[in-house]
This record gives sequence, structure tokens and C-alpha cells, in this order.
Amino acid sequence: MLMELAYVALLLVVLIILAEPMGRYIANVFSGNRTLLSPLLRPMERGLYRICNVDELGEMSWKSYATALLIFNALGLIAVYGLQEVQLLLPLNPQAQGPVRWDTALNTAVSFMTNTNWQSYSGEQTMSYLTQMLGLTVQNFLSAAIGIAVAMAVIRCFIRKNTATIGNFWVDLTRSVLYLLLPLAIIWALIFASQGVVQTLGPYVNAQTLDGGVQTIAVGPTASQDSIKVLGTNGGGFFNANSAHPYESPTPLTDFLQVLGMLLIAASLPFALGHIINNPKQGRAIFAAMLVLYLMGLSLALWSETRGNPFLEKMGIAGGVNMEGKETRFGVVPSVLFAQSTTVTSDGAVDSMHDSMMPLTGLVFLFNMAIGEVIFGGVGVGLIGMLFYAIMTMFLAGLMIGRTPEIFGKKLEPFEMIMAVIGMLGPAVMVLILAGVAIILPTGLSSLNNAGPHGLSEILYAFASACGNNGSAFAGLNANTVFYNLATALGMIVGRFATILPALAIAGSLAQKRIVPTSVATLPIASPLFVIMLAGTVIIVGALTFFPVFVLGPILEQLLMQAGRTF
Amino acid sequence: MKTNMSSLWQSAQVWQAVKDSVPKLDPRSLWRNPVMFAVEIGAILTTLITLHDIISKLNYGFDAQISIWLWFTILFANFAEALAEGRGRAQAETLRQARSEASASRLLPDGSTEQVTALVLRKGDLVLVGDNDIIPSDGEVAEGVALVDESAITGESAPVVREAGGSLCGVTGGTRVLSGKIKIRITADPGETFLDQMIGMVESAKRQKTPNEQALEILLIGLTGLFLVVVVSLEAFAGYMGMVVSVPVLVALLVCLMPTTIGGLLPAIGIAGMDRLLQHNVIALSGRAVEAAGDVDVVLMDKTGTITLGNRMATEFIPASGVSNEDLAESAMLSSLADETPEGRSIVDLCKETLGVRGRDIRAPAGSSFIPFSAETRMSGIDWDSRKIRKGSHDAIEEYVKNEGGVMPDGIKTAVESIAREGGTPLVVAEGPRVLGAIRLKDVLKENIKERLSHLRTVGIRSVMITGDNPMTAAAIAAEAGIDDFIGQARPEMKLESIRKYQKEGHLVAMIGDGTNDAPALAQADVAVAMNAGTQAAREAANMIDLDSNPAKLLDIVEIGKQILITRGALTTFSMANDVSKYFAILPAIFAAQYPMLSILNIMQLTTPTSAVLSAIIFNAVVIPLLIPLALRGVKYRPTTATDLLRRNLLLYGFGGLIVPFIGIKLIDVLVVMLHLE
Repeated sequence: MLMELAYVALLLVVLIILAEPMGRYIANVFSGNRTLLSPLLRPMERGLYRICNVDELGEMSWKSYATALLIFNALGLIAVYGLQEVQLLLPLNPQAQGPVRWDTALNTAVSFMTNTNWQSYSGEQTMSYLTQMLGLTVQNFLSAAIGIAVAMAVIRCFIRKNTATIGNFWVDLTRSVLYLLLPLAIIWALIFASQGVVQTLGPYVNAQTLDGGVQTIAVGPTASQDSIKVLGTNGGGFFNANSAHPYESPTPLTDFLQVLGMLLIAASLPFALGHIINNPKQGRAIFAAMLVLYLMGLSLALWSETRGNPFLEKMGIAGGVNMEGKETRFGVVPSVLFAQSTTVTSDGAVDSMHDSMMPLTGLVFLFNMAIGEVIFGGVGVGLIGMLFYAIMTMFLAGLMIGRTPEIFGKKLEPFEMIMAVIGMLGPAVMVLILAGVAIILPTGLSSLNNAGPHGLSEILYAFASACGNNGSAFAGLNANTVFYNLATALGMIVGRFATILPALAIAGSLAQKRIVPTSVATLPIASPLFVIMLAGTVIIVGALTFFPVFVLGPILEQLLMQAGRTF
Repeated sequence: MKTNMSSLWQSAQVWQAVKDSVPKLDPRSLWRNPVMFAVEIGAILTTLITLHDIISKLNYGFDAQISIWLWFTILFANFAEALAEGRGRAQAETLRQARSEASASRLLPDGSTEQVTALVLRKGDLVLVGDNDIIPSDGEVAEGVALVDESAITGESAPVVREAGGSLCGVTGGTRVLSGKIKIRITADPGETFLDQMIGMVESAKRQKTPNEQALEILLIGLTGLFLVVVVSLEAFAGYMGMVVSVPVLVALLVCLMPTTIGGLLPAIGIAGMDRLLQHNVIALSGRAVEAAGDVDVVLMDKTGTITLGNRMATEFIPASGVSNEDLAESAMLSSLADETPEGRSIVDLCKETLGVRGRDIRAPAGSSFIPFSAETRMSGIDWDSRKIRKGSHDAIEEYVKNEGGVMPDGIKTAVESIAREGGTPLVVAEGPRVLGAIRLKDVLKENIKERLSHLRTVGIRSVMITGDNPMTAAAIAAEAGIDDFIGQARPEMKLESIRKYQKEGHLVAMIGDGTNDAPALAQADVAVAMNAGTQAAREAANMIDLDSNPAKLLDIVEIGKQILITRGALTTFSMANDVSKYFAILPAIFAAQYPMLSILNIMQLTTPTSAVLSAIIFNAVVIPLLIPLALRGVKYRPTTATDLLRRNLLLYGFGGLIVPFIGIKLIDVLVVMLHLE
């Protein structure tokens, strides 16, 4: 146990050591400063602008920024959808995978566009190598880059004043990919490949088993997709079993790097915020609030998983720790750590079966996603989501000290409040609406494998995962039906754009405002009080929204389990 | 007009407010308050269900009680609003009454006058007002001087002088001329006087919501929408789990979760803020300015009248060598006997003290003639027999002595310089060619000004003093009073410039002014307070009028602005914190019948599901009237740092809001069971 906790501690220490300089690097990249990689990348960057006819200094209003983003996403959506339908006619399809069913293809295209990577298909049985590489992996990069770009546009506007523009979408997008995602992905992919993650364009391997049968072993260009899968908080595995598949994560080192990769960029962004607004302490405060929430969830989940399962104890199994669905190669604690990290960061890669976790553990994971993925969260969008909560916190705190509320020196007025309320509550409301609809429709219920509170948790998990743009599945629910493909696609779109668009609108409005100088009357963001309030706001808003359904789902299941009933 | 806070519950006002709360149920007016409007829709729904129960001969007791409490929730909120409106209106009405009874002699173009009632006077009319007449409407003195009793609006019994030209020309309708005859140019059309505007500010229907209020309302609407989805989806989830939740219970849960406490009290808080300003004798012309006052971080103040008393006082004689202190004092006294300025009187007082002639009536020697102060000579004095005594500024006396054939001694030059450096004003006394000595005149700080300025600093407001004094004098006074910054040798246009400069740096600037040349600066300032005695131009450029013409009032305005925001924030936090207990009351009531293990959520041990739901909804309703005093008085505000203030309010209203309803709901449950209401 001690060794396992040391593993957790090691991860956190490495994360914090890397996140601070990484945040500084990101700040420099997006401020247009010279960085370590500039000599190599700057000519490439300029070349790209020339080819694409982008004016590097051309500023955009928030509306043009948003329009560019939406058009770009729409093209990506069409491309991924089209690729799946015609993959049989295209090269790099050694297994001759046929056209994907329309609703699955649509769901997949939306899923990868929105950085969700909800997979209602089974990768090795559905997608050609070309689709995986050109469609899915490219979207993995782009959706992550868009999230980062939007976050940077918002942060930038805290230090702008009296201007109507928020930056250039194409420049932000290019820099995210070129300076951040590609270099990291190359490093991660090389390490993964060195550890034995498959990387080949050859056909599946037929192996002669000991008893004389023939087994087809799926392979493919996995390492390259796996690296961005974690770094871009995408989560879409090459194989259906995701990181529980030994070809996706063969060794403890790859498992460790996967968890680290999921958290790395998302955890660096608060530091980047601090550097860009010239107040590193404030960035650290946001990071601290995220870390506090992360640790609270992790502790609860670990406690719940290691406490033992009453059923197993009744059977006389010593310790009685629930091992079903766990990644046995690594153990309980790393499995829980992985699951906690993948649900907070909106990554959605899995190395164990979340469906088989104890009910309270499931509650923690549900909560992580349902509050809108703000504990680190998806790259860029997680920080944006946290900023919505920070706006709420500073709004109430500002009123309580008798001043027009402000955040980082910018006054919060009705326009910001409308957008922050949409951004904060929109995804959560969508979870409840979609889950509510699914549970009263026969077509929604017919996909359930479990009854009672566990079934409720499964449906809720599916939509929390979709609306939070997480993409992990609780399993136990057959989501590859027309209804679930369309409903989750809707959830993913709302979850993504009800975050991004209000954020851009806020950026546009903040850029026009003057900056209020700090004085003793300004509420310090870099204070323990703020960290506690921010974490408290996330917990309270989440709890008030989901308490009734959590009571009927995981809490009731836990109580029934203690009373000796399963589902 | 000085209304005592203890009169919060004057029975007539309360009764009027009770009567006013019923017509406010009209959805056409209630929609202005979205949270309460949503409650009303819920109330109508449950009432219809109750009627259906009665017609279908079902058991209607529970549904009826829910409906009743929902209606009461709205009525309580309406009552709070009506009470705040009533108090403001009563205060303004007293003033209006005085004016509308007045009649006026309107001056016709041919020079004759006609008697008209005050209500027909229009902008630009000229009226004559004589002894004991009531001034019919807001205006400016165009001709003459009068002593005016403004106690009707300020509560101050000492009469004030109002005269044409200068910064004391503004008069307010409803005040009374004690003596003097003045011609007044009316500056407001009927219904547009400051008073009428103020009445508009305390009437909910006409009131413009401030941006802060709108922002908060957006949050409240967002939460209301969220809980609507929570409750409707709960019906779906409960249905899947094999439970049917009745509509009245769902509505009760929804209303309990919705931010009804703050939603119900929100209009009252804003109106009560205006009432409190009025109690401080400040008429606000925009609610936005009042709230902006809470954000102000730079205050521009004139030195004279705000920081120092209007007049300087003689505090010391510095005789030239060879002159005794007594000689200097005597000469100074003689030269000042006819000087009726406060400075002159203070010199006489100091002389009497020095010479030990206190109490004795001192007269000027026979045959003497006074030389009054004039702008050209910048001296005053007395001539009798062959003696010529002069008193004036250093430069003026130096020139005078030179003309008489004398010189200014070095000792006096040094003395004069050191007086100026220490923030005083030096005067020099001479007799013929001989310089007798210097007098130190000192600015006297207003009582409490140091303390108030240090309060300002605590809450993060920089004070900037504007004065015509030279920088050295200004610095000395600034240091003594504890001012953060000053602008010396200020010309009128420098006020505007410095406001712009501060605003450019991102500051929010407040300023107090009275003169016509203050008007541009007032118009530029974010919070502009004009003295009621000031010129019309100043009053029109300002967004607040101080009826007492007391510049230190700005501090009260800042505090009231802050209080309004704090009260809103505190009650919002309280409202949201309350929701936790309501979940713990209502959810087990809904679920425990089907899933008995969920009764562990019933941590309050409420007796039955019915009593639990009723207790929650009753608590939710009665908490509104219980908090009316808080909404009307405002949360207590103490000048301290932001973090301190936040910590205190979080503890009180956040943590308190978490705990209090658990106790309250439990107590109501006991009562409900005792009365067999369940």
C-alpha cells in the first residue's frame, strides 16, 4: 500500500515540477516571445502562414474568431464523416473495413471534433488505418489545439484594454499544434514505442495458438495515436479496450506516462495564465483550487475502493478488495489514479472498467465529469470552465465586499454574467435533460444491461461523459444505437460549444474594458480564501445540480449493497 | 425629514405596505421580478390542482397548504418591496407637500407679477420670494440675498444665506425664506424637480435596474432555470425507479431550491438604499451612481469646506525685532476691528487673549477711518490721527513699506517663509514705514476629518485635495490631515484634467463640487456630488445632490453604495446555502417510502414526509419577512480590508445560511406536527 501511495505522490511531484516551466513556455509561445524551439519552429510557422495566406498580425473580433473556429470545425466534421464512409475505397485498409453505419460515423465525427472521443464503435473492428490516422488522430491534435487557442484568447483579454479584438484564431491554432502538441507527442510516442506500444501499418497478425487454433491479433499505428490521446485529453483508444489493452499500455512506465500526459498540459495552463497576466501567484491559486478538488476526489475514490467489498468479505475473501475490472498488471491504486485522472481531465482513456468500481467511486467519477470537466479538465476548455466558476465566485465575493465584482482587474457586468451562467450551467443542464429523456424512452432503456440504481448511473455516466467531452464509458450500456449515437452527439456539441462560445464572448467583452488597478479594496485572488471559495463553488454548484440523481443512483446503490443487494 | 431608524415598523406604513402587496400579484407587474414570477406560476399550478382535488372530492389538505404558502411567499416579497417604497415615498412626500401648497408671484415680461400655484411653474420662469414665503420650486437666485430656512429638507435648524452669483445661489422648492427678498429663476419643469426624480427612484415600477442588479438577476434566473431542469428530470429519474412524485411536491421542491430569499428581497434592497441616502439628505439622481460610489477609489476634494473649516484662524504673533508682542497685538487688533471676515475676527480674538482684555468691549478710537480690503491693494487697515496701520500679504506690505520709505526686515522675511512652509498663511502688519511683525493664520482641520480620511484609506480610496494654495502650504495641510495626494495652485480646469488622468489609469473618481466652473469636472467624474447650495450648472452635471451641502457626506455615500452590494451578495449566498438543508428535508420525504434506507438522509428527523415538505416550504416563505429588517437597513458595514470583510460575511451568511435552516425547518416541523397540519 505504501508503495502504491508513493506512486501517487511521485506522479504529483513530477506533474508540479513540469507544469510550472511548461506554463511559462506556453505563456511565451502565445505572447509571441522567443522560446527554446523558436529557431527550429519559427521558420515553419511563418511558412505555414505564407502557404495558408494568414496575416499573422491580423486581429479578429470575438465573433470572427468564433466564426473561423466554427467553419474549421464544420469542415473537420465533414471530413471525418466522409472518410469513414469511403474508407474501403482508400489505401491503408489492410483489414478491408467497410463503410461505417451513418449514425455511428456521425457520432464519431462529432466526438473527435469536440475533443470527446466517445467511441460507440470498436476501433479494431471498424476503422481503417487511414481513418484512424488522417481522420481521428488529426482531429485529436486539432480539437486539443482549438481548446488551447480559445483559452489563450480569453487569458489574453485580461491584459488588453479598449480594444475590440481578441487575437487571431489561425495563429493561436498553429502555435498550439506546432510549439506544444507536436513536440510533446513526438516525445511521448517515441517512449511508448520503445516500451512496446505497437506502431505498424502492416495487417493484423495471425498467430498459431498452443492448442492449434488461429488467433488474429489486431495491430496498427498505435503509439502515434496514443501519445496525442493522452496529451490532448482526447482519450480515444486505438483499440476498443483502450489503455487496458497491452498494446496501448504495456508497462508501468507507459501507464505512468499516460496519466502524466493527461494532466500535463491542462495543469500547465493555469501557470501560463499567471505568467501572461503578469501575476504568477494568481495562476498558482487557480492551479491550487484544481489540485484540491483533484485530491479530494482521489482520496474518496481510493478510500472507497480499498475499503473492501462487503460481498467479497462475506465470501470470506481476506481483504475483500474489489478487483473486478481492475488493471491487474498495475493494481488497485494505479487503476483508481488513472480513472480519477481520466475523468477530471476529460480525457476518457481508461485502463480499467469504471462500471465495476464501487458505487461511491463511480459517484466521484460522475461528479468530475458532470460539473463540466473543470478540475484540470480538457486542455484549454478545462481552464475556461474553471474561469466560469471563478467568475461566479468573484461575483458573489465582490458583492460581499461592496464593490462591483471584478476578476483579474476586469469588471463583471451583465454580459459576462449571461455568458458565464451559460458556460457554467449549460453542460450540466444538458446532462440532466438528455439522461431524463433517455430514461423515459423505451429506446433509451432498451440499451441498459443493468436495472435499478446501477442502470441509472450507467445512463447518467454516458451523458455526463458526452456533455463533459470526456468520452470514457461506464460500459454496461449499449451506446451504438441510433438514439444514443444522436443523443450523445447532441450532448457533446452542447458541452463543447456552450463552453467555447460564451468564453469567446466574454473575451470580446473583457478586451474592451479598462483594467481596474489593484488596491487594498481589491479581493486578492492569490489567497487561500479564494482557493477555498473557488473549490467550494464547484462542489456546491455540482452538488445542488446533481444531488437528487446521485441519491437515486450511486448513493442508493451503495446503501443497497450494504444491505446485500446487487444489480 | 430626519427619520429615525427605529421607525422601521411604523404601523401606518406597514399597513399601507400590506395593502400594496396584493395588487403587486398582478403578473403584468410581477414579471419584473423573474424569480417571484416563477413562484407565481407554481402557485397558480398548485392552486388549480387543489381545486381539482376539491371537485374530485380527493384529500386536498396538503395541496391546499402548499398553495397557500406559495402565495404567501410572493406576498411576503411584495410586502418587502412595498414597505421600502412606502418609506421612501413618505419621506419625499413631506417635501412635495410643502411645495405644492405654496403659491408663487410669477414675474411677467412687463414687470408685473401674477399669483400662481407652485405646480404650474416651468423652467425659466422668474418668481419673487419675500420674507416668510415658501420657495415654490427648485431654482437659482437671480437677484438679491436672503436667509433661508432649509430645515424642512435638511433638518438643520440654522438658516443659510443664499445669494445671486457665486456658489451659494441654489435653492430647493419647499424651503422657506426667513428674511430678504430674492428673485428666483426656476430650473425645473413640473414633475422634473430633484424631488420628483428621487420619488421615481424609490418606486419599483419606474426604477431602472442598475447593472449590478441586472447581473445578479441573470445569475438568479440561471439558477431558477437550473433547478427547474433538476426538478423536472427528477420526475423522470424517480419514475424509472418506480416512484411517482406529485406535482405539488415537485413545485414545493422547486420553489425551495430557487433563490426566493434574495429574489424576493432584491427590489427592496435597492429601494432601501435610496431611502437611506435620503435619510442622509442626499438625493440620488441615478441608482447606478450610488453603486458606483462603492467602487470609487479616488476622491477629489476641495480643501476649503471639506478638509478644513472655511476660514483660517490666527494662532501666533511674530513681532519684528524691537517690537513687543503686545504692541504688535494691539496694532493688529486695531487694523482688524472693522474686518468682519472670519480671519479678521480670529485676529481680534487672538489679540484679546494676548492682551488679556477678554470680555471687554473694544471700540475703534474716535476719528479713525477703516481701509477695507480690496483686491487691488490686497491690504486692509485703519487710519487715525497720523497713524496708518496696514495688514496684508507679505508682498503687498513689502511694497507698501517701500513706498513709505521703509524696508522689510530679514527676520520677518524668514518668519513669513517658515509660516508658509508649515502650511500656514502669513500676514504682515506695518505702521507707516515700520514693519511690526507677522501673524500666523492657520487652516483648521474639520472635526473628525483625519479619522474619516483614514477610513477611506482602509477601504482603498485615495483622497486627493485640490487647493489654490501654493504647493508648500498644500503639502503641509495634506500631511496634517493625512491626505494621500494634492493638487496645489489649482486652476478650475485642472480638476477636469486630473479626473481624466485618474480615469485613464483605470480609477473610478468621485468629486464634490459647487461652482459653475466645477460643472465640467462633475460631468466627467464617475460619482459627482453637487452641493444643494451650488449653482444650477453644478447640480445638473452631478448625479447626486447633497441637501446639507456638507462635502464630508461623500464618505456616507460610499458606505451606502457598498452596503447595497454587500446586502445583495450576503442574501444571495444565504439563499444558496439554504438549499442544502432543503434537499435533506424534501428528498428523503420523496424517496424513503420506496427505499427506506434513504431515510438516513433525513438527518433532521422530520416527523412525516408531509410535515417535512411543509416545513421546508414554510421556512422558505417566512425567512423573507424575517430578513426584511436586514434588507432595509443593509448589512452592517465596517471599513476594513476586503479579505476581512469577505471572511466575516462568508462566515455569517454562507456558513450561517447552511446551518440556520436545519434548525428552522426542524422547529417548524415540531410546530406543524403539534398543530396537526400534516
